[in-house]
Amino acid sequence: MRDGNVAMMESLARARNLSKNFDGFVAVDNVDFDVRPGEAFGFLGPNGAGKSSTMRMIGAVSPRSSGTLHVMGMDPAVDGPKIRARLGVVPQDDTLDNELSVEENLMIYGRYFDLPRATLRPRIGELLDFAQLSDRRKDRVEPLSGGMKRRLTIARALINRPDLMLLDEPTTGLDPQARHVLWDRLYRLKQEGVTLIITTHYMDEAEQLCDRLVVMDKARIVAEGSPRSLINEHAPREVLELRFPLGVQETVLDRLEGIAKRLELLPDRVLLYTDDAEVTTAEVAARGLEPESTVVRRSTLEDVFLRLTGRSLID
Amino acid sequence: MVARSLLYVETRARTYRHVWKASVFSNFLSPVLFLAAMGVGLGSLVDGGARSSGLDGVSYLNFLAPGLLAASAMLTATGEGSFPVVAGIKWTKTYHAALATPIGVPDLVVGHLAWIAVRLAMVCGAFATVAVAFGAMPPGRAAAAVVPAVLTGLAFAAATTAYAAALKHEMGLTLLFRFGVTPLFLFSGTFFPVEQLPGWMQPAAYVVPLWHGVEMARAMALGIPYEVSPLLSVAYLASWIVAGAGLSVFFFRRRLRP
Repeated sequence: MRDGNVAMMESLARARNLSKNFDGFVAVDNVDFDVRPGEAFGFLGPNGAGKSSTMRMIGAVSPRSSGTLHVMGMDPAVDGPKIRARLGVVPQDDTLDNELSVEENLMIYGRYFDLPRATLRPRIGELLDFAQLSDRRKDRVEPLSGGMKRRLTIARALINRPDLMLLDEPTTGLDPQARHVLWDRLYRLKQEGVTLIITTHYMDEAEQLCDRLVVMDKARIVAEGSPRSLINEHAPREVLELRFPLGVQETVLDRLEGIAKRLELLPDRVLLYTDDAEVTTAEVAARGLEPESTVVRRSTLEDVFLRLTGRSLID
Repeated sequence: MVARSLLYVETRARTYRHVWKASVFSNFLSPVLFLAAMGVGLGSLVDGGARSSGLDGVSYLNFLAPGLLAASAMLTATGEGSFPVVAGIKWTKTYHAALATPIGVPDLVVGHLAWIAVRLAMVCGAFATVAVAFGAMPPGRAAAAVVPAVLTGLAFAAATTAYAAALKHEMGLTLLFRFGVTPLFLFSGTFFPVEQLPGWMQPAAYVVPLWHGVEMARAMALGIPYEVSPLLSVAYLASWIVAGAGLSVFFFRRRLRP
C-alpha cells in the first residue's frame, strides 16, 4: 500500500517544537515526535490534551503556530494538497454523506482524489469486503449503526491507498463489541504495513493497537515509549486496589505507610503499587486492615497516566 | 484549481441525482403557479383598471414575467447558498470530509458556486420555458433574459455563502430570509416599477443586485431600453460575485481550517 520511497524515509511525520495557539489559548505546546514507517503510533491523553489539534496539523487542515512539521518529508504549510493526497483520514465525527448510499460515499470521496471511476469501482468492492459492509453496498448511510459508519469511514480513508492513516478517537462512542471488530480491522491494516497514527483517551485501545505512543497532558508530551516500556518505567508491575467502607479510607492511611512502592488515593479506593501483590495483600491483613474488597491487577497505561499527571484519563 | 473545483461539482451532481425528479418538477411548477396567479389572474385586474403606461406599455403578465425570472434566481441562489453551507460546516460536516483530501478551501468555494450556477441555469431555463408557453415572452428573448437572471443569482449565491459561513447560530438563516430576501423579492421592481416607491427609497433600489437583474431581464425580454447601462449592471453584479467569493474563502478558512 505504499511506494518505495516512503519505506526508505525514516520518519513519516516529524515535529520539532510544534505549537498551536487559538486566540491566546495554547492547544499544543512545543511537542516533538517522530512516526516511523509501518508503526502504529499513538497520542494518548484526556479530552482537551491537544491530541486532535496535533492530528489536524499533521493532516494539513490546520496551520501550525510555530515550530517545524514534516509529513512524508513535506511541509503542510507549502504542500498541503500533496500531503493530503497520500493521507487516509478518519475524523472524530464520521462526516459521511447520509443522503448517499454506502458505495456512493466511497465513490465521491475517491473522486476528490481525482481517481478514475474505473479504478475506483473494483477498489470499492475490496474495501467494502474489508469493512464487512458488502451486503449494505446500496443502502443509504443514515440508518447504519455507529460501528458500521465507523468502518465505512475507515474504508473511505483507504480509497486512495494512503501511505499514512490518521485516526482521531476511532472507537469513541462505540459499544464494546463494535470496538473489538474495529480493532481487528485496524490490526489487519497494521499487519499489511500501513502506518497508523491514532489518538485515543482509552488506555486499552492504546495498549492494543500502538507500537509506540506519547502521553499528552495539558498541551504537552509528558512521556514517550512503547506501552510496555512506559508501564515498566513508570509503574511497578502490579496494583492492589483496596476499597474501604464509606468514611474509613481517611482513617487507615497512616497504617498503609510504607506498605507498597507507591500509593495513590482515588475518591473511592486506594491503589497500592507493588512488585508482588500477594505479599502486599498479606501485609495488609497482617496490619489488621479489613478492606471491603480487594482487586489485584497488573499495571496499565492508566496507572502511568495517573503517575505522570496525578489525574485519571477519563473523568 | 478549476479541475479540483469540478470534482466537487461532480459530488453535488451525484447527490442531486437522488432528488432530480422532484426538483425539476417543482422548477416547472413554481413559475406556472406564479404566472397563472399573479400574471394572468391579478394581471387581468391591473390591465383592466389602471393605465398600463406605468408598465412600459405592456400587459402585466409581460411586465411581471422577466422580473419574476430574476427574482426566482435570487430565491434559488439564497436557498442553495445558505442551508447546504451550514450543513457542510456544521450539520453533516461533509465540507470537513472534502477538505481532508487534496481539495482546498478555494476549490470548495468555487465548486460550490459553480454548482449553484448549474442549478440557476436549470431553474431559469424552466422559468423561461414556462413564460414562453404563457405567451409572456418570445423564445429568443426569453433565452437571452436567462443570462442576467443567472448572473443575479450568482451575486446572491456568493454573498449568501459568505454570510452562512460566518454564522455562529442558525437563527441567522431565518433572519436572512425574513428581513433580507423577502423584502428584496417584493420591492426590487419585480411586481411593480420602483418608481411607485416613495421618492427617498428609489435610490436604494439601485444598490440592490436584484433590481439590476430585473431591469436587464425585463429590457431583454421586452426589447425596451435599459434604465442604466447593462455594462454597469453586469460589472456591479460581477463585483458582488467576486467580493462574495472572497469573503466566503475567508470565512470558510476561519471555520474549517482553524
